[in-house]
Amino acid sequence: MLGKTAGGLYWMFRFLERSENTARLIEAGFRIALTRSNDAESEWKSVIITSAARQEFEERHDKYTSANVVNFLLRDANNPSSVLSVTKSARDNARLVRTALTTEVWAAINETWMVLTDVLKRPIPETELPAVLATIRQQSALVRGALVGTMLRNDIFDFCRLGTFIERIDSTARIIDVKYYALLPSPSFVGSRMDNVQWETILRSVSAHRSFRWAVEDDFTAPAIADFLILDGRMPRSLSHCARQLVENLDHLAKDYGEVKPSHEMARKMHARLKDRDIGSIFDEGLHEFVGSILDDTAAIGMQIEIDYRFNN
Amino acid sequence: MNDENTHFDEMISATGARPPYVDYDEWFASQDNNRLAKKAAEASAFFRRTGITFNVYGQSDAEERLIPFDLVPRIVSSGEWSRLSRGIEQRVRAINAFLHDIYNRQEILKAGIVPIDLIAKNAAFLPQMMDFNPPGGVYTHIVGTDIVRTGEDDFYVLEDNARTPSGVSYMLENRETMLQMFPELFSKIKVKPVSDYPKSLRRSLEASAPASCEGRPRVAVLTPGIHNSAYFEHSFLADQMGVELVEGHDLRVVDGHIAMRTTRGYKQIDVIYRRVDDDFLDPMTFNPNSMLGVPGIMDVYRAGNITIANAPGTGVADDKAIYSYMPDIVEFYTGERAILKNVETHRCSESDALKYVLDNLADLVVKEVHGSGGYGMLVGPAASKKELAAFAAKLKSNPSNYIAQPTLSLSTVPIFTKKGLAPRHVDLRPFALVSPSGVNITPGGLTRVALKAGSLVVNSSQGGGTKDTWILED
Repeated sequence: MLGKTAGGLYWMFRFLERSENTARLIEAGFRIALTRSNDAESEWKSVIITSAARQEFEERHDKYTSANVVNFLLRDANNPSSVLSVTKSARDNARLVRTALTTEVWAAINETWMVLTDVLKRPIPETELPAVLATIRQQSALVRGALVGTMLRNDIFDFCRLGTFIERIDSTARIIDVKYYALLPSPSFVGSRMDNVQWETILRSVSAHRSFRWAVEDDFTAPAIADFLILDGRMPRSLSHCARQLVENLDHLAKDYGEVKPSHEMARKMHARLKDRDIGSIFDEGLHEFVGSILDDTAAIGMQIEIDYRFNN
Repeated sequence: MNDENTHFDEMISATGARPPYVDYDEWFASQDNNRLAKKAAEASAFFRRTGITFNVYGQSDAEERLIPFDLVPRIVSSGEWSRLSRGIEQRVRAINAFLHDIYNRQEILKAGIVPIDLIAKNAAFLPQMMDFNPPGGVYTHIVGTDIVRTGEDDFYVLEDNARTPSGVSYMLENRETMLQMFPELFSKIKVKPVSDYPKSLRRSLEASAPASCEGRPRVAVLTPGIHNSAYFEHSFLADQMGVELVEGHDLRVVDGHIAMRTTRGYKQIDVIYRRVDDDFLDPMTFNPNSMLGVPGIMDVYRAGNITIANAPGTGVADDKAIYSYMPDIVEFYTGERAILKNVETHRCSESDALKYVLDNLADLVVKEVHGSGGYGMLVGPAASKKELAAFAAKLKSNPSNYIAQPTLSLSTVPIFTKKGLAPRHVDLRPFALVSPSGVNITPGGLTRVALKAGSLVVNSSQGGGTKDTWILED
């Protein structure tokens, strides 16, 4: 496969994942804005920080209002991370690698781009926001479904999955990073109103407010939530799950190509830090520091994959 | 010009449907217009969804557009086709012989048949190609010959696209669309398939590989990238052939060969079907600012280690002043009279011709010798007095840049409209593949249709549409 094609597949799925993650973040922020309007502004601010777009946002807007944030994150063509922009980027990459995709995957991403470009043409009134966010997530699911259902399990598939999971670790780690203070085991705050709101928002940002309850039953505490997001291998957006997927996909590539690359070693090390681990030991290490180092590792692995598989030169 | 009364309609004659259309006409009469209208809308949604689009330069609001597809097929009988394809084969053989001659011994210039100026001053002529024999001696591997019809037996070649003919993806996709929309038609009417084209293209390219190539030749399609107007076609052809679609930055010279960067290192390529213009092909030989090409590819080419299809410098044959000599060129190299007619062409470089053209501008079509895509041309009968005067001034200032032709009364084929069938002018571009092992012409082609009533401009960049082209079985 061409190195460029591997890169195009990887980025196509990073961008798609980003679009979906942004929709989830907005969904969680919007809920706060509706249910606890006093907290709305600071919540929207943390949404923007989680999206790593604070500077760009503040260059353009004075206030963290719902309308400003939603507009910036969904439809601002000048924001390279807006859903509109990343959908276009995902589709441009798909065009680049079209020969590597099944017709179903290509048609799904092309349709996604057509549907979302149309939906995001005009400002989104609050009344329509939930439907728009649902559309974004559905479109993403459509492409993923076509990928899983129609593509050969070969190196093409592996590069798609690597993009997905690098992006997803990054996203989940950012969510924890911005709100790590709410997840610290501090007895004086247990059960406070503020904690409950923050916890719920964090879980909603990864669409896990419901699955958490099923998985953990009634242990609604900060350490349980941290454990769920970081270490629970069952949770599809947990750091541990995503790291395992990275290792598995790199394993496939190593087997396919008959060569283990440096990125592979790096991913294995990261996974080792998340496997068979007790959340208490992470608190001892320092939650903020731990998540920060996972973010750094993820970025480094992403860059190493680009080098190992000759995306650019 | 009282066009609507004088043109030849390929479907309906004074006595009813012409023979190739009899079965279709019968089928059509039994159809419900609303159902057909619904089918037409479905086809358009299908093209949009699968991204069968082209980009229009300089139109920011419409980055990608659909070429309108008309659901009435253009039908050619097997007898008509056999004459056409013989004519095309003769012509592409002559063009290849001409190009070989021009870049080697130049016999045709010495014989005084083609004036030397037309070559020496031709922007598409590449001195770098002199005294070089490309692998297998083939210059133009893929040719799209534009043919128009004016009567029952009157076919003319309008242009030879020997450089980089595009549109073959539409030939294939239009057929797929028709098969999906109207399967019953294909069980009723026996149409020659076009679906072998990608396989034939790959075989033809492989057969053109350098003699030094060992094992099965590795083919790749070279595209300028996703912003090129024909990008869809580039990726479509690579996909259909099962070969890599590469850009210049995927390639480099490794050990005297061209190699592409894969996830597992550089892999040698033997044949490049390039859709990048000559000028951008090699920044070390041609335009030094080109980011689209491969530095050093011309050295590899001249060393005989890569086949470039079509060969650099092939555009000489597309020049419209050269076109005017094509009957002589065919005769010179094949010893036969040209089977397909040329449109009478006035070379404005000649003073008598220029005077005639200026005197009759309102009746003529005037084209730039290097122009394509319908740009920079004047359709006299459709032009206003002001436009005619402006064009006359341009013409006088640089006569050798223009040729003029009579306004042909192009044949029509009906298109489907809400009100039923309506005649529109068409042309036809069949595709020929040339390799050392022979010429292969796919029975079909791209029929372009002017969607505006009376219009003669069929180019997709100027509002033309396409039709599926049916060549009937015997």
